[in-house]
Amino acid sequence: MAERSFKKEVEQLRMGAGGTFRGEGILAVTKALLENGVGYVGGYQGSPISHLMDVFSDAQDLLAEYGVHFENSASEATAAAMLAASVNYPIRGAVAFKSTVGTNVASDALANLASGGVTGGALVILGEDYGEGSSIMQERSHAFAMKSQMWLLDPRPNLPSIVAAVGHGFRLSEASNTPVMMQMRIKSCHVHGHFTAADNRRPAMTVSDALQNPKRDLSRIVLPPAVFLHENEKVDRRWPNAVDYVLENNVNEHFGNPASKIGLIVQGGTYNGVIRALNRLGLSDIYGETDIHILCLNAVYPLCDSQILDFCDGKDAVLLVEEGQPNFIEQAVGHMLYQNGRTTVLAGKGALPMAGEYTGKRLVESIAAFLREHAPSLLPPATAKTNEPAQSDIPDLSTVVPARPPGFCTGCPERPIFAATKLVQQQLGEHHIASDIGCHLFSIMPPFDIGSTTMGYGLGPASASALQNRDKAGKRSISFVGDGGFWHNGLTSSIGNASFNKHDGLIVIVDNHYAAATGGQDILSSRAQNKSRKTNNPIAKAVEGMGVTWVRQIDRTYDVTTMRDTMIEALTSPEEGPKVIVASSECMLNRQRREKPALAKAAKEGKRTVRPRFGVDEDICTGDHACMRLSGCPSLSVKDTGDPLRDDPVAAIDQTCVGCGNCGEVADAAVLCPSFWQAEIVSNPTPAEKRRASRTARIIGWLQGRRDARRLTFA
Amino acid sequence: MTLHAPVIARRSPGPQGERIITLAALAVGGQGGGVLTNWIIAVAEANGYHAQSTSVAGVAQRTGATVYYVEMCKDTGRTPVFALSPSEGDVDIMIAAELMEAGRAVMRGFVTPGRTTLIASTHRIAAVSEKIVPGDGRADAGQVIAAMGLAADQVVAFDMETLATKAGSVISASLFGALAGSGALPFPRDSYEAVIRKSGKGVEASLRAFGLAHDCAKGTMAPPAPQGVTPRIRTLNVPARLRAGWQALEARLDGLPAEARHIAGLGLKKVVDYQDIAYGAQYLDMVERAARLDAAPFALTQAAAKYAANALCYDDILRVADLKTRASRHQRVRDEVRVKDDQVMRLTEYFHPQFEEFTATLPARLGAWLQRSRRAEAFYSRHLDKGRRIRTDSLAGFGMLWAVSALRPRRRSLLRHRGEMAHVAAWFDHAMAIAPQDLALAAEVLANRRLIKGYSDTHARGLSKFDRVMSALPMLRGRPDGADWMRRLRTAALADEKGQALDGALKTVESFAA
Repeated sequence: MAERSFKKEVEQLRMGAGGTFRGEGILAVTKALLENGVGYVGGYQGSPISHLMDVFSDAQDLLAEYGVHFENSASEATAAAMLAASVNYPIRGAVAFKSTVGTNVASDALANLASGGVTGGALVILGEDYGEGSSIMQERSHAFAMKSQMWLLDPRPNLPSIVAAVGHGFRLSEASNTPVMMQMRIKSCHVHGHFTAADNRRPAMTVSDALQNPKRDLSRIVLPPAVFLHENEKVDRRWPNAVDYVLENNVNEHFGNPASKIGLIVQGGTYNGVIRALNRLGLSDIYGETDIHILCLNAVYPLCDSQILDFCDGKDAVLLVEEGQPNFIEQAVGHMLYQNGRTTVLAGKGALPMAGEYTGKRLVESIAAFLREHAPSLLPPATAKTNEPAQSDIPDLSTVVPARPPGFCTGCPERPIFAATKLVQQQLGEHHIASDIGCHLFSIMPPFDIGSTTMGYGLGPASASALQNRDKAGKRSISFVGDGGFWHNGLTSSIGNASFNKHDGLIVIVDNHYAAATGGQDILSSRAQNKSRKTNNPIAKAVEGMGVTWVRQIDRTYDVTTMRDTMIEALTSPEEGPKVIVASSECMLNRQRREKPALAKAAKEGKRTVRPRFGVDEDICTGDHACMRLSGCPSLSVKDTGDPLRDDPVAAIDQTCVGCGNCGEVADAAVLCPSFWQAEIVSNPTPAEKRRASRTARIIGWLQGRRDARRLTFA
Repeated sequence: MTLHAPVIARRSPGPQGERIITLAALAVGGQGGGVLTNWIIAVAEANGYHAQSTSVAGVAQRTGATVYYVEMCKDTGRTPVFALSPSEGDVDIMIAAELMEAGRAVMRGFVTPGRTTLIASTHRIAAVSEKIVPGDGRADAGQVIAAMGLAADQVVAFDMETLATKAGSVISASLFGALAGSGALPFPRDSYEAVIRKSGKGVEASLRAFGLAHDCAKGTMAPPAPQGVTPRIRTLNVPARLRAGWQALEARLDGLPAEARHIAGLGLKKVVDYQDIAYGAQYLDMVERAARLDAAPFALTQAAAKYAANALCYDDILRVADLKTRASRHQRVRDEVRVKDDQVMRLTEYFHPQFEEFTATLPARLGAWLQRSRRAEAFYSRHLDKGRRIRTDSLAGFGMLWAVSALRPRRRSLLRHRGEMAHVAAWFDHAMAIAPQDLALAAEVLANRRLIKGYSDTHARGLSKFDRVMSALPMLRGRPDGADWMRRLRTAALADEKGQALDGALKTVESFAA
């Protein structure tokens, strides 16, 4: 079960023509797919399009009503390969994943798909994870479009434009027999807005129809000699057809005054930011009415030479707003202008920063600088004046405000794994630790500070493969991989590789029963019952199937002592080959979402329920905070005692504690201090339980009273 | 290169004077920023505004800092071009769901003089980096509050978390109320409340939190007192047959300098509660000794009163057993976890006594003999060295701890006590020896007691830090800035676990002492 449910929102997907559809960008995309008669959809979750997969998933029944096939792809490569259904059959297909990590994984399939070309429209929806809030390396999807020759759409970030782009994507793909990528930036995925709906359409041909009437065409298969023809086809036929489609259908938009001596060429995705910058400079109203001529490229690849040359005609200078680097578009436009002997000045990188997100501040400053240089008369003098006090009056808080990177949730079952790893290193010395992608990567942050590299999803153990100690008694590498990464790629690239090459390292598979970092989607080893997917396939069984003989399954990661001892055993075992620990406990976010309402309901119905909670005796806590250096749980924090005799704040556990037990286990394994207690609050206790409790309380009370009568107390 | 005047870019309105209002919210993941954003969108749309929100979800929701962004504009029939992220110097309303997030908003340039209404909850959620410091690593709230006042056009700041809790709701409701009460948006109060009613979940509690925060923001109600320290109320209980002895001790307090009387009174209660009346007398001997060497403002006496009490009340198994079996403690736990009368509470204590602690709790000679025995240690670590969970709501568990605490009258004969008293005497004598030449340095030496804390390895690490800080004493004696440096060394020792900052500070001291 995914973290966020869209069950309510997907009802909107049935909306017919003329209705006003309200919601997030990703929901709009799903509606647009239905309106365009899509035949099948797939993809792999990852920010910022995780919710798109969740929307698909929650809309499964609806998709089925329209004869649309949906599946949760095993990886982005699987998703891209799925588009093969559009090679021979006129069926529209769409897949979604995050870019550029997903595009990297998918690039083999994408390259083959782009070579043979497609008959039905093939659309790849890319959640572009670039700029603030990104969790990956900063690269551009544009390079993939260029190298495989697929078209890339970058629509303006509003719902009507995004919906229109989906339709253009399919038609452009069909008109040019080329798969099309549509990129959605982080914020346009989550943008809330509205658009006017159209009727949903059933696919003209379903995937079942295709299976009943199979077709093949040797010339579409990526093998010589067809591949040589494909390359020529790309430039002779597909490219011109694509350019024609873009021009004839006005995919790119013009704004402002064509007579302007100054022009801006912008990627669709940057349009809103550019308009805001112009508005702040007094050059545009809030609706985008401006005297400056703008060419907005909703299709950023291919570029239409004639359109760009026409736009530049008669202009003194043109500023190209192209986010990310290298500056592929600027290079292409510069080349066009030069080849055609034009003298229009082209500004781009240089006027704008070479790298980094084009934030509001950067756009204002760069566009102002460009205009000052090339059209000084345009900038009204008022913009240079202000009565606002200088910002320098405000003290610099950078040394005061603490950083707040994301971390493990309250009660997370992964925290004890890394507490144990810290204890292992205290005992056996520092080790080389290879990390992977997933929630468990939070281990690189304080308080754990564990891990040296992260090379890609499912590649943690693979990234330790060179680090094989010749000294069998020497230190071994430790590597981590999550259950999501394990099924995505890790089973073969990491586990199979280590087994085949007899790598001695320790591999910890962090199994929290879901692809948790992307929002808690089910995977092969999920323990949940999922009516449309096959779950409950144990990881340990798969690992053994790859030939690994040293496998330990730990079913309660909170047992820090066992976790630590098993890791030490793995790091000192004389056995050859990889030592694999499958550390399994359910993601606490998902567990709470399931159990909390159930518990509340049971308690209300008068059933006996037990609610655990941890606490700290502040008189016993000495304020050293060693527990927090091994935990980092959000519910475990510091507080003042108000006691003038004490200097340091003590540990305290707040009401958000879910009673996972990590505090007590860590205090035990690391021999910290006896200040932790665990309370279990029993609602609707049995009569016998109640009698026992009150009898015990009476005896204890008598003992306490007797002792207090003989001594002075201050408590 | 030519230098230009700075471009001050301000949003210009539409043809009918309609203007875009920008609103950003900074929250800690899990605080419900998404709910707040949806409410703001809903209230804007209900008032005939176009509204757009964006956020960066994804891993940021996992307790990290998150930004939500809303733009809105009066609907005149055309759709404005809204930006998708907040821009420095261009935010009209900034909502911060925690004090340091307000600081972050200021730091990032989202709070602009003459423009921004800053709505901030002043409660703290400590970041990991603040929590893991062995001493007190919490950020300085005062600096942030001062900067907020300078940076914002209007500040609406109070503890909205406490208000929300009081109303049985969550902070998104009180933030929404503060937004309404601030008057930063041109919407009537009932339109906000209608939005909450429509949300259908926990409506009554949300409305209560909304109302409280609204009134505080408006100024018609006093905001809750700043989240601060509420010292636990302790009661002194003196059995009749101890009354005379206790009164004699209390009388001795009057002989101390006025500046030190309060703290010495607290220390005395702590020490007598820990052991007995005689122990209190021993404590007062120490404080009086410091007072005799001291002069106004009697900082040395105050330090002695504070740290001698802490030194005498060292953390041993007896004390832990005693504290865990008190009636007041049981009640405190019940209150903290909110146990109702018809519920039953089970209570488990986590113990892991090590060989050192076990032997130190034996009579001195037996303990010392066992500590020398390799075989005894091996036996202990094989059979006894493990974590113990003791149920103090059961007779067996409570009885076990009760029995340990009953050893208290015998504490003076135990091995641990002998070691502790030797250490205390050496430390205190040291300080008293310095006092005649350098009162300030002597007080700092007393304050070094702060470094010794914890149990087992933590205690050992504290002791070693104490020793290292004290090792600088010969280099600092006789220097006019000796006390200052001693304080700096102690601060460095509390900055990190491994003592890296202390190493650096010690090197500096060595360099100028050489």
